[in-house]
Amino acid sequence: MELTAKNISFRYSSSSRRILKDVNISIDNKKILGLFGDSGSGKSSLCKILAGHINKYEGEVRLDGNEIPKGFNPVQLIYQHPEKVMNPKWKMHEVLGESWDVPDDLLEDFGIQKSWLNRWPAELSGGELQRFSVLRALNPKTKFLIADEMTTMLDAITQVQIFESVLKIVKERNMGLLVVSHDRNLMDIICDDVIYLDDINHV
Amino acid sequence: MNDLINVSNISISFTQYVKGLNQRELKVITDLTLDIKEGEIVAVLGSSGSGKSLLAHAILGILPHNANLSGTMMYKGEVLNSELKEKLRGDEIALIPQSVNFLDPLMKVSDQVIGECKDEAEEKEKRAKQRAIFEKYGLSEEVDDMYPFQLSGGMARRVLVSTALLSNPKLVIADEPTPGLDEKSVEETLNHLRQMAEDNVGVLLITHDIDAALKVANRIAIFYSGYVIEVANVDDFSGEGENLLHPYTKSLYNALPENGFNLTLGHQPLHGEIPSGCPYYDRCDHRLENCDKIRPNLISIDENKKVRCFKYER
Repeated sequence: MELTAKNISFRYSSSSRRILKDVNISIDNKKILGLFGDSGSGKSSLCKILAGHINKYEGEVRLDGNEIPKGFNPVQLIYQHPEKVMNPKWKMHEVLGESWDVPDDLLEDFGIQKSWLNRWPAELSGGELQRFSVLRALNPKTKFLIADEMTTMLDAITQVQIFESVLKIVKERNMGLLVVSHDRNLMDIICDDVIYLDDINHV
Repeated sequence: MNDLINVSNISISFTQYVKGLNQRELKVITDLTLDIKEGEIVAVLGSSGSGKSLLAHAILGILPHNANLSGTMMYKGEVLNSELKEKLRGDEIALIPQSVNFLDPLMKVSDQVIGECKDEAEEKEKRAKQRAIFEKYGLSEEVDDMYPFQLSGGMARRVLVSTALLSNPKLVIADEPTPGLDEKSVEETLNHLRQMAEDNVGVLLITHDIDAALKVANRIAIFYSGYVIEVANVDDFSGEGENLLHPYTKSLYNALPENGFNLTLGHQPLHGEIPSGCPYYDRCDHRLENCDKIRPNLISIDENKKVRCFKYER
């Protein structure tokens, strides 16, 4: 299984600066890939393109050589800012239920208390929301997970907890994982390979 | 050094409606004590959901309307009540917020950094100052006319930092100013905090980034489940953490990727279920007889160090 992005170029509007140029990247389910780069170098934009959150770009994204299927996108993005990707008028069980029925043992693995399911997003802390955002992306149909600064809002112990749970699922389900982070120490532990975005971005 | 702010024994709870008109109290912070001196950087570390951001919001007086706050806060020897909070916030007390959601999505970046102006002269002055601060933070003139969605995560952070600096504050509350920034930008942000401290500004740095906290802070306070469980010196975070006192602080230190990435099982008590004993009881390896029955007090070990654990009580 392979997710490839070929010759990706991107800018937000015709008048703004080009963020990505001729970027080629390939992720498979055999090894965990890390991506790092300076702030504003286009890491999050690339993630959004890979996961289909941005549609207007040059180049192509292919899953095993085919176009990304319509409907549920098997490439799921975990956003850097969980509070921005939750409907404030939905309770947490609706936010999670929109994606899939999460079994109780997984809720526990991610340190989610059952009572939180009945809260509004505004009633949870940033770190608590992030666990929901991670779990929501782990729909059984997900083949590739793009983790954009997944744990920056979590304390060190929770970070270990979330990564261990995610890695366990990624391994069990034979998924691909791209980890985007600024923490080189973290990537050295988690990833098999690390790419510096500026090395593949020709702006 | 003069005391800038003294927070003593504050508790925060929320009134919630459950099933119709039945109300219940949800306790989130209990008995929290912390002080910051002029020109000092105090870092607050702790588990997510332990009430770090709420402390910041309590000092600023921007808690949601269903929150109840008790205990006392003193600012420069004056009682910090809601009128004073309103007068000081955005002026002498400034916030660098955690979430980029604090930016108005429909307003150009430069306009919202400047805020309201009385007349044209003031606007001109503020604009010049904003340009200078943006320049210092590597935000080019192009950024002035951008909307928040056009900013990268790191740029949005720098915009938030700039906003706080515009009013010449005496106390800056930085609620996670560094996540999503690369090493160079983190270093830069920390330098600005250092610079503020040199100008005699007190800084409350709320963060998960232990490395960043160690680089700038004078003292480190560790939060757990709404309590300060330890106040430590920066040097204590070294080696295998043998100088750290509280078991939670030790496991936090040993969970860092560079220190072994070790997992500690369990979770902190739920909101509203603050136990009568030590909040860390369930996860602790060094439990004593009374730990689940009586809550330990925050005791001073020496001039700077404090801990809330029976192991150190005599």
